[in-house]
Amino acid sequence: MLRVEKLNFAYGDLKVLWDVDLEVNEGEIVTVVGANGAGKSTTLKNISGLVKPASGSLSFQGRDLTRMQPHQVVEAGLVQVPEGRRIFPEMTVMENLRMGSYVKATRADRQKNIDWVFELFPRLRERERQLGGTMSGGEQQMLAIARGLMANPKVLLLDEPSLGLSPLLVKNIFDIIIGINRQGVTILLVEQNVYQSLRVSHRAYVMETGRVVLTGKGDELLNNDHVKKAFLGM
Amino acid sequence: MAVFMQSFLSGILIGGVYALIGIGLTLIFGVMRIINFGHGDILMVGMYLTYVLFTWLHIDPFVSVLITFPLMFLFGGFLQKVFINRVLHAVAQNQILLTIGLGLVMSNTAMLIFTSDYKILTTSYSSSTLQVGGGVTVSTPLLISFAITAAVTAALYWFLLKTDTGQAIRATAQDREAAQLMGINVKRMSILAFGLGSALAGTAGALISPTYYIFPQVGGGFTLKAFVITVLGGMGSVVGATLGGILIGITESLSAVYISSGWKDVVVFVLFLLVLLFRPSGLMGKSRT
Ligand SMILES: Nc1ncnc2c1ncn2[C@@H]1O[C@H](COP(=O)(O)OP(=O)(O)OP(=O)(O)O)[C@@H](O)[C@H]1O
Ligand SMILES: [Mg+2]
Repeated sequence: MLRVEKLNFAYGDLKVLWDVDLEVNEGEIVTVVGANGAGKSTTLKNISGLVKPASGSLSFQGRDLTRMQPHQVVEAGLVQVPEGRRIFPEMTVMENLRMGSYVKATRADRQKNIDWVFELFPRLRERERQLGGTMSGGEQQMLAIARGLMANPKVLLLDEPSLGLSPLLVKNIFDIIIGINRQGVTILLVEQNVYQSLRVSHRAYVMETGRVVLTGKGDELLNNDHVKKAFLGM
Repeated sequence: MAVFMQSFLSGILIGGVYALIGIGLTLIFGVMRIINFGHGDILMVGMYLTYVLFTWLHIDPFVSVLITFPLMFLFGGFLQKVFINRVLHAVAQNQILLTIGLGLVMSNTAMLIFTSDYKILTTSYSSSTLQVGGGVTVSTPLLISFAITAAVTAALYWFLLKTDTGQAIRATAQDREAAQLMGINVKRMSILAFGLGSALAGTAGALISPTYYIFPQVGGGFTLKAFVITVLGGMGSVVGATLGGILIGITESLSAVYISSGWKDVVVFVLFLLVLLFRPSGLMGKSRT
């Protein structure tokens, strides 16, 4: 469904991605794990069209993503919840959600989707009128995910959704990710929380300094010696 | 007391027009992080447009707003699309130079077409006044222009707060990259913002044309005023620019009466510096990094 082939990218003179290959099939939860600075977020930025690759190909359902503007990528059904939440601070929770369904084709489902995300995150319903910027970190993360869901994603790209959340909330978020996936949304997850994320994912990739160094089924990688040593401290 | 009320009231009325100018500039700044140093020249274009419509087609300046607003919107959108969008990622000096350059082209073109003579647009009501009671009178054109300003401002607030496109403009101003991830075409939002900002400046130009001299260099002073209003209100804050405009109108008007009209600009700048001293990010501004 989503295919990244031989992706190379540089920020100016600083090359950060080398021949990255990655594939996500319909219905899967695929995770990319890797240390800080490995190039995970940069890979997602390339997919979303926020930056353009130096070389390589990116395609989604047979369409060439490198020719699309970021808003066209969203219209195609690839929706990213970026690292660091990035909610609109001076807009209310409700306004943030409305922006999530800015794309014309999704506006008809707006009310239905609002009901759905309020069910997933009851906290948001209570804070409907609160300004995004005044919410706690965890609440902002819920809002960011909910806002992403408003766009009727075919594939949801989640960049470190568990960052800075309490253990209880982390579990909650992973449960919700599984739930969303069961409802038919394909998921590409970037995570530092290697144990939790590998447990929920069908397949995973390990990135190190801009390269994919390992790939396999989630539970296989959990038992992989290299992964154990590098990420799980075993 | 009547004198005070009188000048306070006319301060509010003229402040409304200032607010319109300031809102335009702050809207553009909010979305693009560019200060449009040609803003006053766009207002000047609006004034000449009104002048032409009045002298050639005999359209009343206040009625002509219906034509000026959409035409200036298109003009601003064109400037954004053809020129400004190209320098969005350039260094700040180049952006400043471009907007100054565009302003110069506008004022020099106006000079070529209309010469540098002062034009006056005289309507039947240009110098008429209205009794509002308690011995207070206000200028009729100022009152009408304020009513139109209030209507335009209210419509703008409604647009920015309630419509998807208006919210998308605000979202783009708050986080451009996140806005792109919502499927918002931020280039289009920039065109819209510059178009709207220009339409507001052009409308302000139309509204003041019955009471101001029209000449090619009239814009410079308004650019400065718009800049002061925008900084005073907090860069990018529409509410701040609204308040800032009114505040400056009142300050000018009161200082013209109680100090001297030659000193009103000085008083405005003193106020400006005082506000910045105590609230460096402006009245409604958030400190930005
Ligand atoms: N805008 C930028 N300009 C220059 N270099 C950048 C920029 N963004 C990221 N980098 C560099 O690119 C490399 C990859 O960064 P990236 O954000 O993709 O890492 P990551 O795997 O997401 O890390 P983390 O887990 O810390 O989020 C890093 O060395 C980083 O310093
Ligand atoms: Mg990252």
